[in-house]
Amino acid sequence: MKIGVFICHCGENIGRTVDCPRVSKACQWLPGVEVSLDYKYMCSDPGQNMIKDEIRKKKLDAIVVGSCSPHMHEKTFRKAAVDAGINPFLVEIANLREHCSWVHDDIDAATDKAIDLVRMAVEKVKRNQPLTTIEVPVTKRTLVIGGGIAGIQAALDVANAGYEVVLVEKEPSIGGHMSQLSETFPTLDCSQCILTPRMVEVYQHPKIKLMTYSEVEKVEGFIGNFTVTIRKKARHIDESKCTGCGLCTTKCPVKKKAFNSFEENLAYRPAVYVPFPQAVPNIPVIDETVCTYYKTGKCQMCVKVCGREAISFDQQDTLVTEEIGAIIVATGYKLYNIEKKPEGSMIKGYGEYGYGKYKDVVDGLQFERIASASGPTSGEFKRPSDGKEPKKIVFIQCVGSRDDSKGFSYCSKICCMYTAKHAMLYKHKVHDGEAYVFYMDIRSGGKMYEEFVRRAIEEDGVKYIRGRVSKITEKNGKYIVKGEDTLASMPIEIDADMVVLATAMIAQTEASELAQTIGIPYDKYGFYNEAHPKLRPIESTTGGVFLAGACQSPKDIPESVAMASAAAAKAMVLFGSDKLEREPVVAKVNELFCAGCFLCKKVCPYGAVEVKEMKDRNGVVYKEIAYVNEGLCQGCGTCTASCPSKSIELAGFNNEEVFAQIAAL
Amino acid sequence: MSSHNHQHAHTIADDIAEKTFQDVSLCYQCGKCSAGCPVRYYMDIAPNKVVRLIQLGFYEEALKSETPWLCAGCQTCSTRCPQEFDLAKFMDAVRELALEKGVEIKHKDILKFHEAFLNQIKRFGRSYEIGLIAEYKMKTMHLMQDVDSGPDMFMKGLLEVIPHKMKDKKSVKDIFKKTAKK
Repeated sequence: MKIGVFICHCGENIGRTVDCPRVSKACQWLPGVEVSLDYKYMCSDPGQNMIKDEIRKKKLDAIVVGSCSPHMHEKTFRKAAVDAGINPFLVEIANLREHCSWVHDDIDAATDKAIDLVRMAVEKVKRNQPLTTIEVPVTKRTLVIGGGIAGIQAALDVANAGYEVVLVEKEPSIGGHMSQLSETFPTLDCSQCILTPRMVEVYQHPKIKLMTYSEVEKVEGFIGNFTVTIRKKARHIDESKCTGCGLCTTKCPVKKKAFNSFEENLAYRPAVYVPFPQAVPNIPVIDETVCTYYKTGKCQMCVKVCGREAISFDQQDTLVTEEIGAIIVATGYKLYNIEKKPEGSMIKGYGEYGYGKYKDVVDGLQFERIASASGPTSGEFKRPSDGKEPKKIVFIQCVGSRDDSKGFSYCSKICCMYTAKHAMLYKHKVHDGEAYVFYMDIRSGGKMYEEFVRRAIEEDGVKYIRGRVSKITEKNGKYIVKGEDTLASMPIEIDADMVVLATAMIAQTEASELAQTIGIPYDKYGFYNEAHPKLRPIESTTGGVFLAGACQSPKDIPESVAMASAAAAKAMVLFGSDKLEREPVVAKVNELFCAGCFLCKKVCPYGAVEVKEMKDRNGVVYKEIAYVNEGLCQGCGTCTASCPSKSIELAGFNNEEVFAQIAAL
Repeated sequence: MSSHNHQHAHTIADDIAEKTFQDVSLCYQCGKCSAGCPVRYYMDIAPNKVVRLIQLGFYEEALKSETPWLCAGCQTCSTRCPQEFDLAKFMDAVRELALEKGVEIKHKDILKFHEAFLNQIKRFGRSYEIGLIAEYKMKTMHLMQDVDSGPDMFMKGLLEVIPHKMKDKKSVKDIFKKTAKK
């Protein structure tokens, strides 16, 4: 075997601390090395040409390049090798920059180490097998999980590009939290007015298959080739017959048994209900837990009034499977609840703010409903306890957020803005009212955001107090808020009629379960992890799964929409070609030796190891062994390290190659 | 503590970190401690500001403040702190340092109360209220102060005539010996 060694100076980067000519001279005498050269910039055109010329002239079989990290230029040198007729996997990189010159000062020692690194690479490349890239087909359909504004945007973008979309939403209607908002910052335009047309567009789009009241149950397969099982929960309404006339919901005698979650529990809903009048689809759901029929077998008022015979009490959940190429996860967030949590819960409640027992201490979303024209008070400011108009409201920011003691160290990012909006909306309607905001810092980065906060302070007279509230107590229908103005260094007590808590945005309750179903990583708070915090913020580390909106971290509407469009673009990039090319660095099982202990299956972080049945000539199963799904394998090597019988190997990094490398040291 | 390898002189902030096992940089000055402090109204500067002065290196101003001496050690602040900074412990350290550095203490009576309290512990191994009252009154000559609440406390059994017995007084004495400063 003829091997060529090429040592790069990387300008001064390597050359400063590694004597490159000495390295290349020393490597000339290594067994198998035909030629060893050094050059100022090996990645430049002349450098690459030098490599190509030597390969052709000396008829080299493999090359070693001593240069920067393979992350940087492995691709470059592989391409040069391919141009000159060598298999790209017969190229080894000895990292002389990050692993040597950048971390050492002593020139002699660093040079010795560089020679060692090259020698190791030479021994490995001698044993390298030529590999070919893996091609996999692509199903050009997208699954969008979550029908909030992020999911809606992503679905519309992908569908408008001509690809089919399956949009799954666990609630009876799409719309998400945005449909609950009264008005949006910084323009104060009505949230529903801008959102509902998009919801209808989703419903009517010929390329979008909308599945509400449904949840993703199982995800199998890999990038371009997922098989997804979706549970369609029983609505107990025949969707094909229902016209959405709403007669059943108005006639249902169950009035005060179930809280209306769309109204953030500030109102009740009947047993058969549509979450809100603008719901898409406008088809009700029967809540089995409160419906009289399911308890006593009587009532059936809805059946009597429905002119279309759409009520179907014995409807069951159904499982639907879909073939999918790309998954966009847009499951959003929920608000932290200050209530005392049960023993063992990771989340702590707020005893000092009354653990949620004061009726007029509400959270941000509840205040949105109170402020909303379609809300339980028809947009009039009335406090929940006695329906009186509050004359003094205290807004408290960072409740839960930036609070290590409660378990959330992060900033929820949007509360500064929506609190300013809340105070502004209140002042616009209650002119003689007083609004106080307790804040720690005002974080108003964004177009027209800082101006918006200043407007609240300067034009609407909202009083901002820098300090965290220590305690809220109730006294004669007033709420005594104890704080400190840390700027004036003065203790402050306000007797408020109502208190609004800007509670933290936290991950959805089942966020981690869904992540495990799909196979994507999440952080300690339950937010989904992006592949790279700077350069790959949309992709998860699992191929073909993209993230959009607040399921990744707290986000406001424009950011969620931007991220959704980016995720849609990523899915479309995937659909740009009919076949996907993958690196062949994947694990492979030696079927003869595998004892079927499945330790590899347990340790694989990507769920790439499957069970394969070995059958004899008569079709009788005689043993079960591990099998690696090439589409899912990311080539991390965890399985090869754990296999007790050494019968699973990573192509390009097999035991022989790696041991030879170590032995050369 | 510094991440850039350069040495810096040992400061009061370092002393506090050593005494309390927590770094003053933890405090992000939200003021929740001051907001809930029951004796805040009597203090010359707010509790969070004492931390701020230490953070900024205004040690003299911090050590001279009345606030650490007025702090009752009720730990409301420590309980509610979002950063889990133990402010009561911090105040203890500031008081210690003020004594070590020989700063003039404005509230001498409070210092005497602390001393009287510790003397009982030293003597009996645990707190002895009557001894504490007697010693405090002798030290300060506030002979008639709060005398009217005495009978009530006595009737409620809060003032035991004979000090509680303790098995291992020696260990407590050893603690005093070890921690005593010359």
